[in-house]
Amino acid sequence: MTWIWTIFLLLSVLCAAATSQTAALSAAVLSGAGQGITLTISLAGPLCLWSGVSRVMEESGLTARLSALVSPLLRRLFPDAWTNPAARDALCGNLAANLLGLGNAATPLGIRAVRQMAQGTGGQASDELCRLVVMNTASVQLIPATVAAVRAGLGSAAPFDLLPAVWITSLCSVSVGLLAAKALSRWVR
Amino acid sequence: MGQIILDLLVPGLLLGISCWAMAGKRDVYTLMITGAAEGLDTAVRILPALVVLLTAVGMLRASGAMELLTRLMTPLCRVLGIPPETAPLVVIRPISGSAALAVGSELMATYGPDSPIGRTAAVMLGSTETTFYTISVYFGAAGIRRTRYAIPAALAADLTGFVMAALTVRLFW
Repeated sequence: MTWIWTIFLLLSVLCAAATSQTAALSAAVLSGAGQGITLTISLAGPLCLWSGVSRVMEESGLTARLSALVSPLLRRLFPDAWTNPAARDALCGNLAANLLGLGNAATPLGIRAVRQMAQGTGGQASDELCRLVVMNTASVQLIPATVAAVRAGLGSAAPFDLLPAVWITSLCSVSVGLLAAKALSRWVR
Repeated sequence: MGQIILDLLVPGLLLGISCWAMAGKRDVYTLMITGAAEGLDTAVRILPALVVLLTAVGMLRASGAMELLTRLMTPLCRVLGIPPETAPLVVIRPISGSAALAVGSELMATYGPDSPIGRTAAVMLGSTETTFYTISVYFGAAGIRRTRYAIPAALAADLTGFVMAALTVRLFW
């Protein structure tokens, strides 16, 4: 993060000096900071509400129910992990929590799954471990609550109207990721 | 008809989840309140990062660096069908989640949340993840040192996400 911050600053200063936009740059230092507060405040309301909903979903066993629903699909993607009940449950829970956008619940479950699945691999990623990582880096979320919150904060007429676009995009990206993994697994030992 | 279903989706989801939880004898209201308090914690936790990163993004915009990066990436973006203005988001998205949120919301603020560029940025943010961070967390926790093809496969998924985000926004609006 230190690098990102410093590179951003370096690029800004160099560009501003080259294009003599220095006055605008110096004004932007403080207005950008103000925008950070405005953005967080506009995000805070929807974020609180959605965290409330997430809590209800978790406590009411909805995650467990969804886990059962996704299990036939995962069984085909992770046949080896399926023989280990602990890995199997963590995998299903991980995908269910990701779908519901419960980031706080998804990560510990995913970590539990990789720990189980990494046993005996000797520090090398197996095909199934790669698949699990691709599934988690491709973001399969049914309700992208944070993005909707940002849009609402900026005055969008219908913050949730991009749901179908997000679903189609996510589905394509996770499929391509898994297909790429499949293709690469033949070449990369 | 499709619009009505979409409009009712989130309110209906709230109702459905609440009824389901009530049927399971859960104290829905208390859970909502506890969860909302956690949400406030999250907001307070991300605030410092957003202030710092939006300062940097604001400076990039004011200095003309954002425009320069956009112009440099234009040929590549044309090939992929991505609006060149979203190029900074594409670059930062796999590396840092909070920086991507800062860049993405700055794009939505500059061009408008309902503009094609704003929408594309939103779909990109909603359908991709912080790839490098996620990989390091998962493989780090499991002690995996040889990641084999995990990174290229995950980046292929990200690239598809960016292209499809632009494509779906162009098709739907």
